Amino acid sequence: MIFNKVLRAGFQAGLRFQSTGPQASARAATAALKESLGGFSFELTDQQKEFQEVARKFAREEIVPAALSYDKSGEYPFPLIKRAWDLGLINGHIPEDCGGMGLGIFDSCLITEELAFGCTGVQTAIEANSLGQMPVIIAGNDAQKKKYLGRMAEEPLMCAYCVTEPGAGSDVAGIKTRAVKKGDEYVVNGQKMWITNGGKANWYFLLALTDPDPKCPTSRAFTGFIVEADTPGVQPGRKELNMGQRCSDTRGITFEDVRIPKENVLIGEGAGFKIAMGAFDKTRPPVAAGATGLAQRALEEATKYALERKTFGKFIAEHQAVSFLLAEMAMKVELARMAYQRAAWEVDQGRRNTYYASIAKAFAGDIANQCAADAVQIFGGNGFNSEYPVEKLMRDAKIYQIYEGTAQIQRLIISREHLGKFKQ
Amino acid sequence: MHRSSEVKHVASYLNTRGCECFGQPCESHCPVLTDRTIHVQLKTFIKIRVKPDRTGVVTDGVKHSMNPFCEIAVEEAIKLKEKKLVKEVVAVSCGPQQVQETIRTALAMGADRGIHVEVSGKDYETLGPLQVSKIFAALAKKEQADLIILGKQAIDDDCNQTGQMTAALLDWPQGTFASEMTLEADKLKVVREVDGGLETIKIKLPAVVTADLRLNTPRYATLPNIMKAKKKKIANVKPADLGVDVCSRLEVLKVDEPPQRQAGVKVETVDDLVGKLKEAGRV
Repeated sequence: MIFNKVLRAGFQAGLRFQSTGPQASARAATAALKESLGGFSFELTDQQKEFQEVARKFAREEIVPAALSYDKSGEYPFPLIKRAWDLGLINGHIPEDCGGMGLGIFDSCLITEELAFGCTGVQTAIEANSLGQMPVIIAGNDAQKKKYLGRMAEEPLMCAYCVTEPGAGSDVAGIKTRAVKKGDEYVVNGQKMWITNGGKANWYFLLALTDPDPKCPTSRAFTGFIVEADTPGVQPGRKELNMGQRCSDTRGITFEDVRIPKENVLIGEGAGFKIAMGAFDKTRPPVAAGATGLAQRALEEATKYALERKTFGKFIAEHQAVSFLLAEMAMKVELARMAYQRAAWEVDQGRRNTYYASIAKAFAGDIANQCAADAVQIFGGNGFNSEYPVEKLMRDAKIYQIYEGTAQIQRLIISREHLGKFKQ
Repeated sequence: MHRSSEVKHVASYLNTRGCECFGQPCESHCPVLTDRTIHVQLKTFIKIRVKPDRTGVVTDGVKHSMNPFCEIAVEEAIKLKEKKLVKEVVAVSCGPQQVQETIRTALAMGADRGIHVEVSGKDYETLGPLQVSKIFAALAKKEQADLIILGKQAIDDDCNQTGQMTAALLDWPQGTFASEMTLEADKLKVVREVDGGLETIKIKLPAVVTADLRLNTPRYATLPNIMKAKKKKIANVKPADLGVDVCSRLEVLKVDEPPQRQAGVKVETVDDLVGKLKEAGRV
């Protein structure tokens, strides 16, 4: 048997073991306290810490150096996405029997925050995969899951979530893309807009109107489909030039007499609205995590700068105006993190997390914008300039108040949930 | 672990030579990063401090992880396994409970199983290359290893002794400071980085190799591999089981920080410079 010994002594590979008296009794006291606190814990498992480490290392070593040039060129960051796929950082939600890792939302959020720290454009391109897959994960039958999720685990493919239209964003019930049953197929006509990965996806989740009768309730009028991107009639438009997250591929898509086999209907005709909304409960926490990652980046860049730049004889961090700005940024980042972690944890426990998910997304989106703007402020004139990293953060942050449910829609949801609880 | 004559060297390394990774990405886990590192990425900078009783450096709160040269060693072993030149890779670490995390990292990179040699408390504080190499030699015989790959040195104490001592105890050939290694039948061709340049040697197996910086670039542990690593076994062994006495023959007399850097003086002309150097007795 041939093998190698490959690790040397762990002088530096382990913590020093302290076994002195007073510390032992202190540990015993903490253990008793832990018992009384019950299950609540902010502790990550070893595996979660390791996952976070890999994502962090990848983001800081590979995404950060490349982010600026992708932002300038708008080129799709496929090499980075492929690397992330190789490392197992994408497609975490895919169930194990389809070749994925079956991770919970919490674990995915940890990874997403780290990737977003590197570049939210790259992270959004990756996150759009989760969004597109979620309807299939929650509502697909075995055959659909194996076919469409399985292929994502075998190759670094992208998918997209096609719901928004030029005339209907927040008002999902107002979408007009029409699917008409003809024999064993549905024929789809319509226009979708602002579809992330629109031009790069291998397949789409599509929401279309199947029952135009005004008397038909919203909850039964729409159907969810899986559409192969190379189906004749699917026409992605030009890549849209956006304010931020520029390397992410966003397009309009026209569906002209696209034929979808009935096997690609999720659950059944009329079940679409519920599926589309159900997916959000699982995808909003990661979006909040992404916004938190951006805010964390803003905080770190601003802090580093504040400890280097001098004015009036001191480092600017020593002036209270600046240190107070940093303090407030820190407050917001910590709270946003706790919010998304709670929302993710709730849904992983099997509970409906709409309230927490909306709070997390609304809060994180808002603070990401505030922290990015504050970071630019701390950088002063330099912050306004494209040679410094923070102006990109400000441009990238804006979309977090818009996509995946606008800040206003989130408030609608939160107030509805909150008042609903009160009325009970 | 530190001989008093070496103490100044270690302390000065920590604060003035900075991180030895020569511009390669040096992880934030490097406990010797000082504010003079060369790297641009966002890193946490950990200032090393000497303990008030001057018996060592403060390790509380300093994140510990796999020595960078050991990562390179693990990577090389896994590469050999991927080329189907070796059958099994075993990762070994000596220390308290926490080193299991480091072994898990090696398993996540692709090692097949781990061995944790338990050394804790006072024994761990005085654990040095001689004891470790005795442990490795004993394990090598027990496991019938054909090749031992280690990092050339640890970046906290810079001893650069364990590999050489292990080879000597086993009476095996050694290829140290390897920047390239190729397995050719039962011989190992090793290109060594030495002060004068590169030296190529051929050594017979079984052998000991110590990894230098340019041997390879360690891979990331992928998430699926991290999950698989949990199922891999880590065996627990005590030094006594291997017949090794971990008592140290060295006593640390004191650990000091290097002297504070004195302010420099600016001069206007070359003549001034020569004058000042003469004054200071330097020329």
